[in-house]
Amino acid sequence: MEDIQRISIRECSIHYNIDRDFIDSLHDCGLLEIVYDGDDSWLDVEQLADFERYMRMHYDLDINLAGIEAIKHLLDRMERLENEILRMQNLLA
Amino acid sequence: MEYIDYYKILGLNKEATDGEIKKAYRKLARKYHPDLNPNNTEASKKFQQINEANEVLSDPEKRKKYDKYGKDWEHAEQFEQARKQQQYSGSYGGSDPFGGAGNPFEGGSYYSYGGEGQDFSDFFSSMFGNSGRKSSQSRFRGQDYRASLTLNLSQVYKTEKQTFSINGKNIRITVPAGIENGQEIKIKGMGGEGVNGGPKGDLYITINVVNDTEFERKGNDLYLDLPLELYKAVLGGEETINTLGGKVKLKIAPETQSGTKVRLKGKGFPVYKQDDKFGDLYINFVIKVPQNLSQEEKHLFEELAKLRK
Repeated sequence: MEDIQRISIRECSIHYNIDRDFIDSLHDCGLLEIVYDGDDSWLDVEQLADFERYMRMHYDLDINLAGIEAIKHLLDRMERLENEILRMQNLLA
Repeated sequence: MEYIDYYKILGLNKEATDGEIKKAYRKLARKYHPDLNPNNTEASKKFQQINEANEVLSDPEKRKKYDKYGKDWEHAEQFEQARKQQQYSGSYGGSDPFGGAGNPFEGGSYYSYGGEGQDFSDFFSSMFGNSGRKSSQSRFRGQDYRASLTLNLSQVYKTEKQTFSINGKNIRITVPAGIENGQEIKIKGMGGEGVNGGPKGDLYITINVVNDTEFERKGNDLYLDLPLELYKAVLGGEETINTLGGKVKLKIAPETQSGTKVRLKGKGFPVYKQDDKFGDLYINFVIKVPQNLSQEEKHLFEELAKLRK
């Protein structure tokens, strides 16, 4: 029985009209976690927002996978730095 | 309607080729795209301007119209239709068909009606009735929503679920332990609806932390001024301290001075999103001088003072 918290990769590929290989590549890069279960593979619904973001970067902005990886790393770092700045501001306040 | 210079937005001149327009658009889109500029309203605004400029300039028809009619290009077909009607009716006599209400060029000196000899192609006639832009094929992300939630310091010592309401919708979020005052939690896809099938925006919740404890928080460390009995400070002993994580027994060394600081490692505040990691608790001893001494106590203190001379 299909887990309602997951969406199948096949469905994703059809719905977004993209090559399934792209989704698999995101998994290979460690950008997405895909669960392989029997005949199909599944994506956690909580990862959909990230998945759509990577898709836009690749198909709309022509950014390759290595670029997406680097951007994700930088955005995560930016978020940590912003939190650090906030902590410093609270210390100074 | 204020004039928008689409060429200027893309950093191009009016002679730019289709290839140059495409290249300029892609370069700027990569720079200002909301996915690459989270929480940046200026970048979002700029991105929308760039998309609008591209929509007009990359479409040969729209570009031509824009080049010809400039700021009022959307009303070009109305102008064309009015001109054709004027020409066919033969009632041209210098009167302004746009006089009074409804003049699409009211206030604009760019187009002076009555310009005989202007050569307009038939292609503009096909635009009759289409007074608006063609619906954009660009997908836009929905707007982000912002809210704030006030919690006590004692509440953010542990990871807890919090429920609140936004726009009539009940939202349950997990607030990680150790969150800072003013820090934001982002909930993806809980913002406004996207445009043309674009993704939903996000919900940003600012957490306001109010200190309801006797501790002072500095980052992951806590600070406490602990009043200490004179006798315990002089003779040593044990003191039980109520930390946020429970009671801790502290050994007091004899002859502890006022202002002595003790560090209790790992008894501070939890580190944000790092399970089982805590800051430290710093205790500052403040010696309490006994008050309302009895006669006997005073006498004993006087004897002690004599011994010290």
